[in-house]
Amino acid sequence: MADALAGRPAGVPRPRLTFSPSGWLLAAVMAFFVVNVVALVVSVLFNSFASSWFATPIPSGWTTRWYRFAATTFQLSDVLVVTAQVGAAVVAISLVVGAPAAYVLARRTFPFKRALLLLFLLPMLVPPITYGIPLATALYKFNLAGSLRGVILANLVPALPFVILVLTPFIEQIDENVERAARMCGASTWRVFSRVLAPLCIPGLLAAGLMVLVRVLAMFELTFLTAGPGDQTLVVALYYSVFAAGIRPAQAIDAMAVVYMLTTFVPLLIALRFVNPTQMVVRLKREAAA
Amino acid sequence: MLSRTPAGRWRLTERLAALGVDRVVLLALPAAAVIGLLFIYPFLYGLGLSFQPRQGGGILANYLGFFNDGYERSTISKTLRLALPAALLNVAVSVPIAHKLRQPVRGKRLLTTVLILPVTLGTVLVAQGLIRYFGPAGWFNQALVALGLVDAPLSLTNNYIGVFASLIITGFPLSMLLILGHASGIDPDVERAAATLGAGPTRRFWTVSFPLMLPGITIALVLAFVAAFAVFPSAVMVGNPSGSTRVISIAAYQAAFERFDYSMASTIAMIMAAVELAVIGVVLGARSRLYRGATSGGKG
Repeated sequence: MADALAGRPAGVPRPRLTFSPSGWLLAAVMAFFVVNVVALVVSVLFNSFASSWFATPIPSGWTTRWYRFAATTFQLSDVLVVTAQVGAAVVAISLVVGAPAAYVLARRTFPFKRALLLLFLLPMLVPPITYGIPLATALYKFNLAGSLRGVILANLVPALPFVILVLTPFIEQIDENVERAARMCGASTWRVFSRVLAPLCIPGLLAAGLMVLVRVLAMFELTFLTAGPGDQTLVVALYYSVFAAGIRPAQAIDAMAVVYMLTTFVPLLIALRFVNPTQMVVRLKREAAA
Repeated sequence: MLSRTPAGRWRLTERLAALGVDRVVLLALPAAAVIGLLFIYPFLYGLGLSFQPRQGGGILANYLGFFNDGYERSTISKTLRLALPAALLNVAVSVPIAHKLRQPVRGKRLLTTVLILPVTLGTVLVAQGLIRYFGPAGWFNQALVALGLVDAPLSLTNNYIGVFASLIITGFPLSMLLILGHASGIDPDVERAAATLGAGPTRRFWTVSFPLMLPGITIALVLAFVAAFAVFPSAVMVGNPSGSTRVISIAAYQAAFERFDYSMASTIAMIMAAVELAVIGVVLGARSRLYRGATSGGKG
Protein backbone atom coordinates (compact mmCIF):
# COMPACT_ATOMS: atom_id res chain seq x y z
CA MET A 1 0.00 0.00 0.00
CA ALA A 2 2.88 2.33 0.78
CA ASP A 3 4.29 1.49 -2.63
CA ALA A 4 1.01 2.24 -4.32
CA LEU A 5 0.88 5.59 -2.55
CA ALA A 6 4.38 6.39 -3.73
CA GLY A 7 3.16 5.83 -7.28
CA ARG A 8 5.41 2.84 -7.94
CA PRO A 9 4.15 -0.07 -10.05
CA ALA A 10 3.79 -3.34 -8.16
CA GLY A 11 6.77 -5.65 -8.39
CA VAL A 12 9.38 -2.90 -8.73
CA PRO A 13 11.72 -3.16 -5.69
CA ARG A 14 12.04 -0.26 -3.31
CA PRO A 15 15.08 1.91 -4.03
CA ARG A 16 18.20 1.15 -2.07
CA LEU A 17 19.59 3.84 0.15
CA THR A 18 22.41 5.56 -1.69
CA PHE A 19 25.16 6.77 0.58
CA SER A 20 27.01 10.03 0.22
CA PRO A 21 29.78 10.89 2.75
CA SER A 22 27.21 12.57 5.02
CA GLY A 23 24.95 9.56 4.51
CA TRP A 24 27.71 7.26 5.76
CA LEU A 25 28.12 9.44 8.84
CA LEU A 26 24.40 9.21 9.58
CA ALA A 27 24.45 5.45 9.01
CA ALA A 28 27.40 5.18 11.42
CA VAL A 29 25.54 7.18 14.10
CA MET A 30 22.48 5.02 13.63
CA ALA A 31 24.52 1.81 13.71
CA PHE A 32 26.33 2.92 16.88
CA PHE A 33 22.99 3.56 18.54
CA VAL A 34 21.40 0.28 17.47
CA VAL A 35 24.49 -1.76 18.41
CA ASN A 36 24.54 -0.23 21.89
CA VAL A 37 20.82 -0.80 22.49
CA VAL A 38 21.06 -4.41 21.36
CA ALA A 39 24.23 -4.96 23.43
CA LEU A 40 22.50 -3.46 26.47
CA VAL A 41 19.56 -5.85 26.16
CA VAL A 42 21.82 -8.85 25.47
CA SER A 43 24.04 -8.04 28.44
CA VAL A 44 20.97 -8.08 30.72
CA LEU A 45 19.96 -11.41 29.16
CA PHE A 46 23.46 -12.93 29.57
CA ASN A 47 23.80 -11.70 33.14
CA SER A 48 20.47 -13.28 34.13
CA PHE A 49 21.85 -16.71 33.12
CA ALA A 50 25.37 -16.13 34.47
CA SER A 51 26.63 -18.02 37.48
CA SER A 52 29.12 -15.17 37.84
CA TRP A 53 30.31 -12.49 35.45
CA PHE A 54 33.18 -10.14 36.09
CA ALA A 55 35.32 -8.25 33.61
CA THR A 56 35.25 -10.90 30.88
CA PRO A 57 33.53 -10.78 27.48
CA ILE A 58 31.11 -13.56 28.43
CA PRO A 59 30.12 -15.04 31.80
CA SER A 60 32.29 -17.79 33.25
CA GLY A 61 29.37 -20.20 33.69
CA TRP A 62 25.66 -20.52 32.98
CA THR A 63 22.75 -21.29 35.32
CA THR A 64 19.00 -20.85 35.54
CA ARG A 65 18.88 -20.60 39.31
CA TRP A 66 18.47 -16.79 39.35
CA TYR A 67 15.03 -17.20 37.81
CA ARG A 68 13.98 -19.53 40.63
CA PHE A 69 15.62 -17.14 43.11
CA ALA A 70 13.76 -14.14 41.62
CA ALA A 71 10.46 -16.04 41.54
CA THR A 72 10.58 -16.70 45.30
CA THR A 73 12.36 -13.57 46.57
CA PHE A 74 10.39 -11.05 44.54
CA GLN A 75 7.05 -12.94 44.67
CA LEU A 76 7.07 -12.94 40.91
CA SER A 77 3.80 -14.87 40.50
CA ASP A 78 1.87 -12.34 42.65
CA VAL A 79 3.42 -9.48 40.71
CA LEU A 80 2.50 -11.07 37.39
CA VAL A 81 -1.11 -11.57 38.51
CA VAL A 82 -1.36 -7.91 39.57
CA THR A 83 0.23 -6.79 36.29
CA ALA A 84 -2.28 -8.85 34.31
CA GLN A 85 -5.21 -7.49 36.34
CA VAL A 86 -4.12 -3.88 35.93
CA GLY A 87 -3.40 -4.33 32.22
CA ALA A 88 -6.73 -6.04 31.50
CA ALA A 89 -8.77 -3.53 33.50
CA VAL A 90 -7.11 -0.46 31.98
CA VAL A 91 -7.43 -1.80 28.43
CA ALA A 92 -11.09 -2.77 28.91
CA ILE A 93 -12.16 0.48 30.58
CA SER A 94 -10.26 2.76 28.23
CA LEU A 95 -11.70 0.98 25.17
CA VAL A 96 -15.28 0.99 26.49
CA VAL A 97 -15.11 4.66 27.51
CA GLY A 98 -12.81 5.85 24.73
CA ALA A 99 -14.41 4.28 21.65
CA PRO A 100 -17.75 6.21 21.92
CA ALA A 101 -15.81 9.46 22.43
CA ALA A 102 -13.66 8.69 19.39
CA TYR A 103 -16.86 8.06 17.40
CA VAL A 104 -18.24 11.47 18.38
CA LEU A 105 -14.98 13.23 17.50
CA ALA A 106 -14.78 11.41 14.16
CA ARG A 107 -18.38 11.98 13.01
CA ARG A 108 -19.75 15.15 14.56
CA THR A 109 -18.96 18.82 14.65
CA PHE A 110 -20.36 20.69 17.62
CA PRO A 111 -19.55 23.77 19.69
CA PHE A 112 -16.52 23.39 21.96
CA LYS A 113 -15.23 20.43 19.95
CA ARG A 114 -11.75 21.95 19.95
CA ALA A 115 -11.93 22.40 23.73
CA LEU A 116 -12.88 18.73 24.11
CA LEU A 117 -9.98 17.72 21.87
CA LEU A 118 -7.64 19.85 23.96
CA LEU A 119 -8.94 18.16 27.12
CA PHE A 120 -7.98 14.78 25.63
CA LEU A 121 -4.59 16.05 24.43
CA LEU A 122 -3.49 17.64 27.71
CA PRO A 123 -2.63 14.43 29.59
CA MET A 124 -0.29 13.50 26.74
CA LEU A 125 1.56 16.82 26.91
CA VAL A 126 2.15 16.80 30.67
CA PRO A 127 4.55 14.10 31.85
CA PRO A 128 3.13 11.49 34.28
CA ILE A 129 5.35 12.42 37.22
CA THR A 130 4.10 16.04 37.08
CA TYR A 131 0.39 15.24 37.27
CA GLY A 132 1.02 11.96 39.10
CA ILE A 133 1.94 13.64 42.37
CA PRO A 134 -1.24 15.77 42.67
CA LEU A 135 -3.23 12.79 41.33
CA ALA A 136 -1.79 10.42 43.96
CA THR A 137 -2.45 13.05 46.65
CA ALA A 138 -6.08 13.39 45.55
CA LEU A 139 -6.52 9.61 45.35
CA TYR A 140 -5.10 9.21 48.86
CA LYS A 141 -7.58 11.81 50.07
CA PHE A 142 -10.45 9.62 48.87
CA ASN A 143 -8.76 6.42 50.12
CA LEU A 144 -8.42 5.15 46.56
CA ALA A 145 -4.63 5.09 46.33
CA GLY A 146 -2.54 2.30 47.80
CA SER A 147 -4.82 -0.27 46.20
CA LEU A 148 -5.46 -1.96 42.89
CA ARG A 149 -8.33 0.47 42.21
CA GLY A 150 -5.98 3.43 42.58
CA VAL A 151 -3.42 1.95 40.21
CA ILE A 152 -6.12 1.28 37.59
CA LEU A 153 -7.63 4.77 37.94
CA ALA A 154 -4.25 6.47 37.64
CA ASN A 155 -3.29 4.46 34.57
CA LEU A 156 -6.53 5.46 32.82
CA VAL A 157 -5.30 9.07 32.56
CA PRO A 158 -2.70 8.44 29.83
CA ALA A 159 -4.50 5.38 28.37
CA LEU A 160 -7.88 6.93 27.59
CA PRO A 161 -6.61 9.88 25.49
CA PHE A 162 -4.32 7.48 23.66
CA VAL A 163 -7.25 5.20 22.71
CA ILE A 164 -9.26 8.21 21.54
CA LEU A 165 -6.43 9.60 19.40
CA VAL A 166 -5.76 6.19 17.82
CA LEU A 167 -9.42 5.34 17.14
CA THR A 168 -10.64 8.73 15.84
CA PRO A 169 -8.80 8.58 12.48
CA PHE A 170 -9.69 4.90 12.25
CA ILE A 171 -13.42 5.59 12.58
CA GLU A 172 -13.13 8.57 10.21
CA GLN A 173 -12.13 6.25 7.38
CA ILE A 174 -15.16 3.95 7.82
CA ASP A 175 -17.74 4.92 5.20
CA GLU A 176 -20.58 6.79 6.87
CA ASN A 177 -23.01 5.44 4.26
CA VAL A 178 -22.77 2.02 5.91
CA GLU A 179 -24.33 3.52 9.04
CA ARG A 180 -26.96 5.40 7.04
CA ALA A 181 -27.92 2.22 5.24
CA ALA A 182 -28.33 0.40 8.55
CA ARG A 183 -30.53 3.21 9.86
CA MET A 184 -32.60 3.16 6.67
CA CYS A 185 -33.22 -0.51 7.32
CA GLY A 186 -34.57 0.42 10.75
CA ALA A 187 -31.63 -0.28 13.04
CA SER A 188 -31.58 1.60 16.33
CA THR A 189 -28.47 3.51 17.45
CA TRP A 190 -27.52 0.61 19.69
CA ARG A 191 -27.91 -1.90 16.84
CA VAL A 192 -25.86 0.30 14.49
CA PHE A 193 -23.11 0.30 17.09
CA SER A 194 -23.20 -3.36 18.03
CA ARG A 195 -23.93 -4.95 14.64
CA VAL A 196 -22.33 -2.55 12.14
CA LEU A 197 -19.67 -0.32 13.69
CA ALA A 198 -18.19 -2.66 16.28
CA PRO A 199 -17.32 -5.42 13.77
CA LEU A 200 -15.80 -2.85 11.40
CA CYS A 201 -13.81 -1.36 14.27
CA ILE A 202 -12.30 -4.61 15.52
CA PRO A 203 -8.87 -4.11 13.88
CA GLY A 204 -8.68 -0.57 15.30
CA LEU A 205 -9.85 -1.67 18.75
CA LEU A 206 -7.35 -4.52 18.77
CA ALA A 207 -4.46 -2.26 17.77
CA ALA A 208 -5.44 0.44 20.28
CA GLY A 209 -5.89 -2.14 23.04
CA LEU A 210 -2.50 -3.74 22.43
CA MET A 211 -0.71 -0.39 22.30
CA VAL A 212 -2.39 0.66 25.56
CA LEU A 213 -1.37 -2.65 27.12
CA VAL A 214 2.27 -2.08 26.14
CA ARG A 215 2.10 1.40 27.63
CA VAL A 216 0.50 0.22 30.89
CA LEU A 217 3.16 -2.46 31.31
CA ALA A 218 5.91 0.14 30.91
CA MET A 219 4.16 2.91 32.89
CA PHE A 220 6.39 3.29 35.91
CA GLU A 221 5.64 6.67 37.48
CA LEU A 222 1.87 6.51 37.98
CA THR A 223 1.88 2.94 39.29
CA PHE A 224 4.84 3.74 41.53
CA LEU A 225 3.03 6.72 43.06
CA THR A 226 -0.32 5.00 43.62
CA ALA A 227 0.55 1.35 44.38
CA GLY A 228 0.50 -0.09 47.88
CA PRO A 229 2.88 -2.89 48.84
CA GLY A 230 0.60 -5.64 47.45
CA ASP A 231 -0.24 -4.15 44.08
CA GLN A 232 2.99 -3.38 42.32
CA THR A 233 3.16 -4.10 38.62
CA LEU A 234 6.25 -5.77 37.19
CA VAL A 235 8.04 -2.55 36.26
CA VAL A 236 7.59 -1.11 39.77
CA ALA A 237 8.70 -4.38 41.38
CA LEU A 238 11.79 -4.22 39.15
CA TYR A 239 12.58 -0.72 40.40
CA TYR A 240 12.13 -1.78 44.04
CA SER A 241 14.24 -4.88 43.53
CA VAL A 242 17.18 -2.57 42.77
CA PHE A 243 16.56 -0.49 45.92
CA ALA A 244 14.94 -2.76 48.47
CA ALA A 245 16.85 -3.21 51.68
CA GLY A 246 19.36 -6.04 51.68
CA ILE A 247 21.87 -7.10 49.08
CA ARG A 248 20.26 -8.80 46.07
CA PRO A 249 22.42 -10.53 43.48
CA ALA A 250 22.52 -8.46 40.31
CA GLN A 251 21.77 -11.58 38.25
CA ALA A 252 18.43 -12.11 40.05
CA ILE A 253 17.44 -8.50 39.28
CA ASP A 254 18.40 -9.05 35.64
CA ALA A 255 16.33 -12.25 35.61
CA MET A 256 13.37 -10.13 36.65
CA ALA A 257 14.25 -7.62 33.92
CA VAL A 258 14.17 -10.42 31.35
CA VAL A 259 10.71 -11.51 32.56
CA TYR A 260 9.59 -7.89 32.22
CA MET A 261 11.01 -7.65 28.70
CA LEU A 262 9.20 -10.83 27.65
CA THR A 263 5.83 -9.63 28.97
CA THR A 264 6.30 -6.35 27.10
CA PHE A 265 7.51 -7.90 23.85
CA VAL A 266 4.58 -10.30 23.42
CA PRO A 267 1.87 -7.61 23.06
CA LEU A 268 4.34 -5.39 21.20
CA LEU A 269 5.06 -8.03 18.56
CA ILE A 270 1.34 -8.71 18.11
CA ALA A 271 0.67 -4.96 17.87
CA LEU A 272 3.36 -4.54 15.22
CA ARG A 273 1.39 -6.88 12.96
CA PHE A 274 -1.38 -4.26 12.85
CA VAL A 275 0.41 -0.93 13.04
CA ASN A 276 3.47 0.79 11.74
CA PRO A 277 6.06 1.58 14.45
CA THR A 278 5.85 5.30 13.65
CA GLN A 279 2.17 5.17 14.64
CA MET A 280 2.95 3.81 18.08
CA VAL A 281 4.30 7.09 19.36
CA VAL A 282 1.87 9.91 19.93
CA ARG A 283 -0.19 10.80 16.86
CA LEU A 284 -0.17 14.56 17.08
CA LYS A 285 0.88 15.54 13.61
CA ARG A 286 -2.55 16.40 12.25
CA GLU A 287 -3.49 18.58 15.21
CA ALA A 288 -0.04 20.13 15.41
CA ALA A 289 0.03 21.08 11.75
CA ALA A 290 -3.39 22.72 11.95
CA MET B 1 -39.50 17.94 12.16
CA LEU B 2 -39.09 21.08 14.19
CA SER B 3 -42.00 21.89 16.47
CA ARG B 4 -42.68 24.83 18.72
CA THR B 5 -43.76 24.83 22.35
CA PRO B 6 -47.03 26.62 23.09
CA ALA B 7 -45.06 29.76 23.92
CA GLY B 8 -43.79 29.73 20.35
CA ARG B 9 -40.14 29.01 21.18
CA TRP B 10 -37.96 26.22 19.87
CA ARG B 11 -37.56 23.31 22.24
CA LEU B 12 -34.15 23.19 23.92
CA THR B 13 -33.28 19.87 22.28
CA GLU B 14 -34.11 21.32 18.88
CA ARG B 15 -32.04 24.43 19.44
CA LEU B 16 -29.14 22.22 20.52
CA ALA B 17 -29.67 19.93 17.53
CA ALA B 18 -29.36 22.93 15.24
CA LEU B 19 -25.89 23.50 16.74
CA GLY B 20 -25.00 19.86 16.16
CA VAL B 21 -25.53 18.71 19.75
CA ASP B 22 -27.74 15.65 20.00
CA ARG B 23 -27.81 12.49 22.06
CA VAL B 24 -24.91 10.96 20.14
CA VAL B 25 -22.61 13.76 21.27
CA LEU B 26 -23.33 12.70 24.85
CA LEU B 27 -21.33 9.55 24.14
CA ALA B 28 -18.19 11.65 24.64
CA LEU B 29 -19.27 12.58 28.16
CA PRO B 30 -17.93 9.54 30.05
CA ALA B 31 -14.46 10.04 28.59
CA ALA B 32 -14.56 13.76 29.34
CA ALA B 33 -15.71 13.00 32.89
CA VAL B 34 -12.85 10.53 33.46
CA ILE B 35 -10.24 13.06 32.30
CA GLY B 36 -11.98 15.83 34.24
CA LEU B 37 -12.05 13.82 37.47
CA LEU B 38 -8.65 12.16 37.20
CA PHE B 39 -6.61 14.88 35.51
CA ILE B 40 -8.18 18.34 35.72
CA TYR B 41 -9.55 18.01 39.26
CA PRO B 42 -6.30 16.62 40.81
CA PHE B 43 -4.34 19.35 39.07
CA LEU B 44 -6.58 22.08 40.46
CA TYR B 45 -6.62 20.33 43.86
CA GLY B 46 -2.80 20.27 43.82
CA LEU B 47 -2.71 23.92 42.81
CA GLY B 48 -4.98 24.80 45.74
CA LEU B 49 -3.00 22.60 48.11
CA SER B 50 0.25 24.32 47.12
CA PHE B 51 -1.16 27.58 48.57
CA GLN B 52 -1.98 25.93 51.92
CA PRO B 53 1.44 25.31 53.46
CA ARG B 54 1.60 22.69 56.20
CA GLN B 55 3.66 24.97 58.44
CA GLY B 56 1.48 28.02 57.81
CA GLY B 57 3.14 31.34 57.05
CA GLY B 58 1.01 32.81 54.28
CA ILE B 59 -0.24 31.36 51.03
CA LEU B 60 3.10 31.73 49.23
CA ALA B 61 5.21 30.18 52.00
CA ASN B 62 5.86 26.96 50.02
CA TYR B 63 6.95 28.78 46.89
CA LEU B 64 9.20 31.15 48.89
CA GLY B 65 10.58 28.17 50.81
CA PHE B 66 11.44 26.36 47.58
CA PHE B 67 13.17 29.33 45.96
CA ASN B 68 15.01 30.43 49.12
CA ASP B 69 16.42 26.95 49.76
CA GLY B 70 19.50 26.66 47.51
CA TYR B 71 19.43 22.83 47.56
CA GLU B 72 15.82 22.71 46.38
CA ARG B 73 16.15 25.62 43.93
CA SER B 74 19.17 24.02 42.26
CA THR B 75 17.00 21.07 41.17
CA ILE B 76 15.57 23.30 38.41
CA SER B 77 18.97 24.06 36.90
CA LYS B 78 20.10 20.44 37.36
CA THR B 79 17.02 19.22 35.48
CA LEU B 80 17.42 21.79 32.73
CA ARG B 81 21.11 20.91 32.37
CA LEU B 82 20.07 17.30 31.67
CA ALA B 83 16.86 17.84 29.71
CA LEU B 84 17.78 20.68 27.32
CA PRO B 85 21.00 19.16 25.88
CA ALA B 86 19.39 15.71 25.71
CA ALA B 87 16.28 16.98 23.88
CA LEU B 88 18.28 19.17 21.48
CA LEU B 89 20.74 16.38 20.69
CA ASN B 90 17.96 13.82 20.15
CA VAL B 91 16.13 16.10 17.75
CA ALA B 92 19.25 17.40 15.96
CA VAL B 93 20.40 13.85 15.18
CA SER B 94 16.88 12.70 14.24
CA VAL B 95 16.28 15.40 11.61
CA PRO B 96 18.92 14.37 9.03
CA ILE B 97 18.25 10.65 9.56
CA ALA B 98 14.47 11.08 9.24
CA HIS B 99 15.07 13.18 6.12
CA LYS B 100 17.15 10.37 4.63
CA LEU B 101 14.47 7.80 5.46
CA ARG B 102 11.39 9.87 4.54
CA GLN B 103 10.63 7.85 1.42
CA PRO B 104 9.98 4.11 1.41
CA VAL B 105 13.38 2.44 1.41
CA ARG B 106 14.46 -1.11 2.15
CA GLY B 107 15.04 -1.88 5.79
CA LYS B 108 12.95 1.05 7.02
CA ARG B 109 10.40 -1.15 8.72
CA LEU B 110 13.14 -3.16 10.47
CA LEU B 111 14.89 0.00 11.63
CA THR B 112 11.71 1.54 13.01
CA THR B 113 10.93 -1.77 14.76
CA VAL B 114 14.34 -1.71 16.44
CA LEU B 115 13.74 1.92 17.42
CA ILE B 116 10.38 1.19 19.04
CA LEU B 117 12.02 -1.31 21.43
CA PRO B 118 13.73 1.19 23.79
CA VAL B 119 10.59 3.34 23.79
CA THR B 120 8.42 0.44 24.92
CA LEU B 121 10.97 -0.93 27.37
CA GLY B 122 10.89 2.33 29.29
CA THR B 123 13.41 4.13 31.44
CA VAL B 124 13.39 1.62 34.32
CA LEU B 125 14.63 -1.24 32.19
CA VAL B 126 17.10 0.92 30.27
CA ALA B 127 18.54 2.21 33.55
CA GLN B 128 18.68 -1.33 34.93
CA GLY B 129 20.53 -2.45 31.78
CA LEU B 130 22.91 0.50 31.92
CA ILE B 131 24.00 -0.44 35.44
CA ARG B 132 25.55 -3.60 34.01
CA TYR B 133 26.37 -2.48 30.46
CA PHE B 134 27.94 0.89 31.35
CA GLY B 135 29.43 -0.38 34.61
CA PRO B 136 33.19 -0.75 35.17
CA ALA B 137 33.07 -4.45 34.13
CA GLY B 138 30.44 -3.99 31.41
CA TRP B 139 30.83 -4.51 27.68
CA PHE B 140 31.04 -0.80 26.89
CA ASN B 141 34.08 -0.24 29.09
CA GLN B 142 35.59 -3.57 28.03
CA ALA B 143 35.32 -2.47 24.39
CA LEU B 144 36.88 0.92 25.12
CA VAL B 145 39.82 -0.69 26.91
CA ALA B 146 40.24 -3.39 24.23
CA LEU B 147 40.30 -0.74 21.49
CA GLY B 148 42.96 1.14 23.43
CA LEU B 149 40.81 4.27 23.70
CA VAL B 150 41.16 4.43 27.49
CA ASP B 151 43.61 2.87 29.95
CA ALA B 152 41.18 2.18 32.81
CA PRO B 153 37.37 1.74 32.75
CA LEU B 154 35.51 5.06 32.75
CA SER B 155 33.02 5.78 35.48
CA LEU B 156 29.80 6.08 33.49
CA THR B 157 27.11 5.25 36.05
CA ASN B 158 26.02 6.90 39.28
CA ASN B 159 26.64 10.28 37.69
CA TYR B 160 25.42 12.75 35.05
CA ILE B 161 26.67 10.60 32.14
CA GLY B 162 24.54 7.60 33.13
CA VAL B 163 21.34 9.63 33.26
CA PHE B 164 22.19 11.47 30.05
CA ALA B 165 22.79 8.14 28.29
CA SER B 166 19.44 6.80 29.49
CA LEU B 167 17.74 9.96 28.17
CA ILE B 168 19.36 9.45 24.76
CA ILE B 169 18.46 5.75 24.61
CA THR B 170 14.77 6.30 25.33
CA GLY B 171 14.49 9.81 23.87
CA PHE B 172 16.23 9.50 20.52
CA PRO B 173 13.90 6.79 19.14
CA LEU B 174 10.89 8.80 20.28
CA SER B 175 11.97 11.99 18.48
CA MET B 176 13.15 9.99 15.48
CA LEU B 177 9.81 8.17 15.07
CA LEU B 178 7.81 11.38 15.58
CA ILE B 179 9.82 13.30 12.98
CA LEU B 180 9.86 10.34 10.59
CA GLY B 181 6.09 9.87 10.94
CA HIS B 182 5.61 13.52 10.03
CA ALA B 183 8.24 13.59 7.26
CA SER B 184 6.76 10.52 5.54
CA GLY B 185 3.57 12.53 5.00
CA ILE B 186 5.32 15.29 3.05
CA ASP B 187 4.58 15.23 -0.67
CA PRO B 188 7.85 14.20 -2.41
CA ASP B 189 6.77 16.10 -5.55
CA VAL B 190 7.54 19.39 -3.81
CA GLU B 191 11.20 18.48 -3.55
CA ARG B 192 11.22 17.07 -7.09
CA ALA B 193 9.87 20.39 -8.34
CA ALA B 194 12.71 22.20 -6.56
CA ALA B 195 15.20 19.83 -8.17
CA THR B 196 13.68 20.48 -11.60
CA LEU B 197 14.18 24.18 -11.02
CA GLY B 198 17.86 23.54 -10.40
CA ALA B 199 18.19 23.52 -6.60
CA GLY B 200 21.01 21.31 -5.31
CA PRO B 201 20.59 18.85 -2.40
CA THR B 202 21.74 21.34 0.27
CA ARG B 203 19.48 24.10 -0.98
CA ARG B 204 16.55 21.68 -1.33
CA PHE B 205 17.02 20.58 2.26
CA TRP B 206 17.22 24.05 3.81
CA THR B 207 14.67 25.87 1.69
CA VAL B 208 12.16 23.08 0.95
CA SER B 209 12.35 19.98 3.17
CA PHE B 210 13.39 21.57 6.43
CA PRO B 211 10.61 24.20 6.53
CA LEU B 212 8.08 21.49 5.68
CA MET B 213 9.45 19.24 8.42
CA LEU B 214 9.34 22.03 11.02
CA PRO B 215 5.90 21.24 12.51
CA GLY B 216 7.02 17.68 13.21
CA ILE B 217 10.37 18.87 14.53
CA THR B 218 8.68 21.37 16.86
CA ILE B 219 6.35 18.74 18.34
CA ALA B 220 9.24 16.27 18.67
CA LEU B 221 11.34 18.89 20.45
CA VAL B 222 8.51 19.75 22.84
CA LEU B 223 7.76 16.11 23.66
CA ALA B 224 11.45 15.19 23.90
CA PHE B 225 12.00 18.04 26.33
CA VAL B 226 8.92 17.26 28.40
CA ALA B 227 9.91 13.58 28.67
CA ALA B 228 13.50 14.45 29.60
CA PHE B 229 12.42 17.10 32.09
CA ALA B 230 10.31 14.55 33.95
CA VAL B 231 13.21 12.08 34.23
CA PHE B 232 12.76 10.15 37.43
CA PRO B 233 13.65 6.43 37.62
CA SER B 234 16.92 6.69 35.71
CA ALA B 235 18.03 9.75 37.73
CA VAL B 236 17.74 7.54 40.81
CA MET B 237 19.05 4.28 39.34
CA VAL B 238 22.02 5.35 37.20
CA GLY B 239 22.47 8.86 38.54
CA ASN B 240 23.64 10.48 41.72
CA PRO B 241 20.24 11.16 43.29
CA SER B 242 21.56 13.19 46.19
CA GLY B 243 24.00 15.24 44.13
CA SER B 244 24.48 16.11 40.48
CA THR B 245 21.30 14.40 39.25
CA ARG B 246 18.92 15.36 42.05
CA VAL B 247 16.32 16.46 39.52
CA ILE B 248 13.11 18.30 40.36
CA SER B 249 10.96 15.15 40.19
CA ILE B 250 13.10 13.60 42.95
CA ALA B 251 12.56 16.71 45.08
CA ALA B 252 8.79 16.42 44.54
CA TYR B 253 8.79 12.69 45.28
CA GLN B 254 10.79 13.15 48.50
CA ALA B 255 8.47 15.89 49.71
CA ALA B 256 5.41 13.69 49.13
CA PHE B 257 6.52 10.21 50.11
CA GLU B 258 9.44 10.73 52.47
CA ARG B 259 8.34 13.86 54.37
CA PHE B 260 4.60 13.35 53.67
CA ASP B 261 4.30 17.10 53.01
CA TYR B 262 1.73 16.86 50.20
CA SER B 263 1.37 20.63 50.11
CA MET B 264 5.08 21.12 49.38
CA ALA B 265 5.03 18.21 46.90
CA SER B 266 2.16 19.84 45.02
CA THR B 267 4.08 23.11 45.04
CA ILE B 268 7.10 21.45 43.42
CA ALA B 269 4.84 19.68 40.89
CA MET B 270 3.29 23.05 39.98
CA ILE B 271 6.76 24.63 39.61
CA MET B 272 7.72 21.68 37.39
CA ALA B 273 4.63 22.21 35.23
CA ALA B 274 5.31 25.97 35.03
CA VAL B 275 8.92 25.47 33.86
CA GLU B 276 7.74 22.92 31.27
CA LEU B 277 5.06 25.25 29.98
CA ALA B 278 7.57 28.13 29.82
CA VAL B 279 9.96 26.10 27.67
CA ILE B 280 7.10 24.82 25.48
CA GLY B 281 5.99 28.46 25.10
CA VAL B 282 9.47 29.52 23.98
CA VAL B 283 9.68 26.67 21.45
CA LEU B 284 6.20 27.31 20.02
CA GLY B 285 6.87 31.05 20.01
CA ALA B 286 10.06 30.58 18.00
CA ARG B 287 8.19 28.23 15.68
CA SER B 288 5.43 30.75 14.96
CA ARG B 289 7.99 33.20 13.58
CA LEU B 290 8.88 30.69 10.86
CA TYR B 291 7.04 29.24 7.86
CA ARG B 292 3.53 27.89 8.30
CA GLY B 293 1.76 26.05 5.56
CA ALA B 294 0.58 22.83 4.01
CA THR B 295 2.90 19.83 3.99
CA SER B 296 1.06 17.75 1.44
CA GLY B 297 0.67 19.34 -2.01
CA GLY B 298 -2.50 21.05 -3.18
CA LYS B 299 -4.01 18.14 -5.05
CA GLY B 300 -6.48 17.55 -2.27
